[in-house]
Amino acid sequence: MTIGIDAFIFISALLFAIGFGGVLLRKNTLVIYMCLELMLVASTLAFVAFSSFNGTMDGNVFVFFILTVAAAEVAVGLAIIVALFRRRQTVQVDQLNALKN
Amino acid sequence: MPDLFFYLFSIFTILCAFGVVLNRNTVNAAICLLLSLFGVAALFTLLDAYLLAVLLVLVYAGAVVALFLFIVMLLDTQGGHNRPFKPVAIFASTAGFALLLSGALMLVTRGEWPAHAASVAAAPTGSVLKSYAELLFTTYLLPVQIMGFLLLIAMLGVIVLCKKFEGLEDVK
Repeated sequence: MTIGIDAFIFISALLFAIGFGGVLLRKNTLVIYMCLELMLVASTLAFVAFSSFNGTMDGNVFVFFILTVAAAEVAVGLAIIVALFRRRQTVQVDQLNALKN
Repeated sequence: MPDLFFYLFSIFTILCAFGVVLNRNTVNAAICLLLSLFGVAALFTLLDAYLLAVLLVLVYAGAVVALFLFIVMLLDTQGGHNRPFKPVAIFASTAGFALLLSGALMLVTRGEWPAHAASVAAAPTGSVLKSYAELLFTTYLLPVQIMGFLLLIAMLGVIVLCKKFEGLEDVK
């Protein structure tokens, strides 16, 4: 394969940038969460690329931990969103302004 | 041939990621996220991390996106909430995206990267399952146990969050 590590890092950074833009753009909490997941996956792609091109296993093992943390984070976050929806009947971030003023 | 696959899967991944961000329908955004994750798993396969590709599809596509779809279905936020984006949000997201993208471009074009052939030849590949197990049970034994506790804490937290507290006064 003639593709270098820079191409993988660029794809990873582009994915991260898309997720970042999505977090700032969207108002639906669920979609913001999906964009956060996208950013996490982008970081795992960078880990795997560095690990593969350096010939070490540490990055690959770290992806395990990232996957575990992401799974736990999604479970807790979605539980918070459901609890929030139960109380406020909305998941739009611009309507969740109880702390404003 | 792997080069062709790299371009194919990376373009697919990026397009699906844009679909997540720009899709107005939450269910369609979740499906785009699923497809994007499949693209990333294919890129993992190109990097010889077969186990991680399978795990990504199992954990993310199997558990996380299914959970997202379930919550979207449960909350039913589709009706009447598709207002246009605020100009300030569009400006902020475009600026953030452009800044990160320019940073990545600078990194790729001006950074000094090792010679491709040498670095690829040095790789023992992440395809050997034994090396994962060896690292997980020697160097990273403590993080593995911490992860176990983290999952336990997350499980307890979710149970507490979803419990109905009858006696609690309404703070709204």
